[in-house]
Amino acid sequence: MLFQPINKNYHEFCIERDKDLCINCKVCVRQCSYDAHFWDESRQKVMHDNTKCIGCHRCEALCPTAALSIRNKPSDFRPHKLWRPVFLQNIYKQADTGGVLLAGMGSPVDIPVYWDSMLLDASQVTNPSIDPLREPMELKTFLGAKPKRLSIVTDKNGKPKLKTKLTPQLELDVPIMFAAMSLGAINFNLHQAMARAATETGTAYNTGEGGLHKSLYKYGKNTIVQVASGRFGVHLDYLKAGSAIEIKVGQGAKPGIGGHLPGEKINFMVSETRMVPIGSDAISPAPHHDIYSIEDLLQLIYALKEASEYKVPISVKIAAVHNVAAIASGVVRAGADIVTVDGMRGGTGAAPAMIRDNVGIPIELALAQVDQRLRDEGIRNKASIVAAGGIRCSGDVVKAIALGADAVYIGTATLIAVGCTLCGRCYTGKCPWGIATNDSKLSKRQNPDIAARKLANLIRAWGHEIEEMLGGMGLNSIESLRGNRDKLRGVGLSDTELDILGIKHAGR
Amino acid sequence: MVAKRKKRTLTAGHTYYKQFNEEIRELIKEGVTDFTINECNGQRYIGIAMEGDIRFHINGVPGQDLGAFMRGPYIHINNNAQDGVGNTMDDGRIVIEGIAGDVIGYAMRGGDIFIKGDVGYRVGIHMKAYLDHQPKIVVGGKAGDFLGEYMAGGIILLLGMFSGKPDSPVAGRNLGTGMHGGVIYVRGEVPKDQLGPGLHTQPVDSGDLKVIKELVNDYAKELKLDSKDILSDNFVKIRPFSHRPYGNLYVAC
Repeated sequence: MLFQPINKNYHEFCIERDKDLCINCKVCVRQCSYDAHFWDESRQKVMHDNTKCIGCHRCEALCPTAALSIRNKPSDFRPHKLWRPVFLQNIYKQADTGGVLLAGMGSPVDIPVYWDSMLLDASQVTNPSIDPLREPMELKTFLGAKPKRLSIVTDKNGKPKLKTKLTPQLELDVPIMFAAMSLGAINFNLHQAMARAATETGTAYNTGEGGLHKSLYKYGKNTIVQVASGRFGVHLDYLKAGSAIEIKVGQGAKPGIGGHLPGEKINFMVSETRMVPIGSDAISPAPHHDIYSIEDLLQLIYALKEASEYKVPISVKIAAVHNVAAIASGVVRAGADIVTVDGMRGGTGAAPAMIRDNVGIPIELALAQVDQRLRDEGIRNKASIVAAGGIRCSGDVVKAIALGADAVYIGTATLIAVGCTLCGRCYTGKCPWGIATNDSKLSKRQNPDIAARKLANLIRAWGHEIEEMLGGMGLNSIESLRGNRDKLRGVGLSDTELDILGIKHAGR
Repeated sequence: MVAKRKKRTLTAGHTYYKQFNEEIRELIKEGVTDFTINECNGQRYIGIAMEGDIRFHINGVPGQDLGAFMRGPYIHINNNAQDGVGNTMDDGRIVIEGIAGDVIGYAMRGGDIFIKGDVGYRVGIHMKAYLDHQPKIVVGGKAGDFLGEYMAGGIILLLGMFSGKPDSPVAGRNLGTGMHGGVIYVRGEVPKDQLGPGLHTQPVDSGDLKVIKELVNDYAKELKLDSKDILSDNFVKIRPFSHRPYGNLYVAC
């Protein structure tokens, strides 16, 4: 566009409108929450402003005559391997505003995706594979500390009885849970959908750090309630409402920093649930200021155990950082029943781009190291491991479990299931797909019935696929795959990478 | 109708906290409302997540996280308290006749904590208010660093009177850093260097004085102090410079 400052010239997307197909019905104008489409009164037709397009594809999907296409705008910059267009655009923006670059969704940076470099095994001849459509296949998973040994007594009728007192467990029919996304970051329709889908498929969803709306307490059996540094919506009823409590220490997308839910996203329902005033920022400090050491963490873990009268397991969620294995060991020794490790590709509603794209390590490496460390120290039974951060399909789930996870969290995949297109503007509160928004008009775009069905479908589909893969390996239970790295081989990986992952190269 | 009180005296002695708290929970189920706890030796989590009109009178020093998550009970300690008193507390009152440790009233949302003497670091961090929930902390002595950091609501009143640290300033460094709600009142003056970035003290007005007076009367009554003596000096207040301190920090990328 002419006569624009340079930062406006280099926008990311182009709206292509087929003039023959367009009937000027204004659907695009109504659908676009960024005002990229508008009605031009003088020309009496629908026009658009490319600079405002965020590439969400909402207009394209809803255009009744398929007149719209959203395309990437090819860079006009002279090609440069070091100075890629994104760096120029960011510098223009920061020179204009002095602002910290804010980003939404998981990191798009090009770092190795180890899931893609690991391959699974299958049985041939020597150990028959199993057909899950006709034979029993066990995906049931219990999260929580397991006893070192079991003692069994027989009563006078000769019936065996378990003498060992088991600690509380979170029971899952499928080892896939909906990750922590707070009410506020996403809206109530989706919180409700996650609660219902988790209940229907026998898994769990995590409330995130924004509290739990009273009307969702009835799904408590399938709910993990989160306690984060801001303690929003944390009170004794909340702590007793779920089947597990998670202390959020870190998040893969933004290790080491806190969060700000901007005042714009705090409407009546969010305010009521978080117990903070409408319209003022909800700021989560970077650390829990009552946790400055492993001893302090122990204190909070046991505070939550006392508060819930030792009825539910306590999870501690940490981001995958350089010393994650040693940290996880400390977390388990502090009394956590579940340790959740969130890799650097994990999603977020808002994170400074520099943190999201440069801090942390991939979940695959972190998971392998945490599992190994806990085994080496003889404390693997004391806690379950949940892996999160960039799990895209059931193949990733199976590989995560073979690397040592007990279960996984899916966040980004959950949102994609209800229509997210990864446009990455979750922090604006204007999500055109009605997901990361509390605007009443926009959030209506998510029907909780449909969203719950889609989420339940996803869990079922992945569950079937996991059964197929297990059957192919000759296993009839997810237990037999857990930490079974013999079922994995690496391709195109260095000796160091293979060593960290604890797997052999394909062909060996 | 006034509910009938049922009293019980317990000796904490060397009982492990888990067992001790279980005993208290059982007794509450049996209808006990008033506890006198003798020989308290650092047992953690006393009163945690307890609800309703329950009273604890503690002789000795209770351990970490006293009254965490609680909603309603009254706890009186005739001695010192440790760290984490009133962590994420919802409602009720905790009165401490001695000094208290670090992280008092972290993220508390309602209720009162009255401490006669000094407190440690990070007191009143991220206190918040919601509708009629208005948390209040009164410290009779001096406070360590980071008093009221991230404060989002409620009232902290710092008197600096009954202190064992005559040479220290009334509050440590970074007083009120990042506060975006609530108010901190200080008796006397606050050295400018102790305040967090962007903050300054202001004189109190008649509305503030009314709040202070009411709070001091309550406090003095609980701790058998002379409220006139406490109110005989000037007070200053510290308020956030913005309810959205980070509103303009970011640019979309």
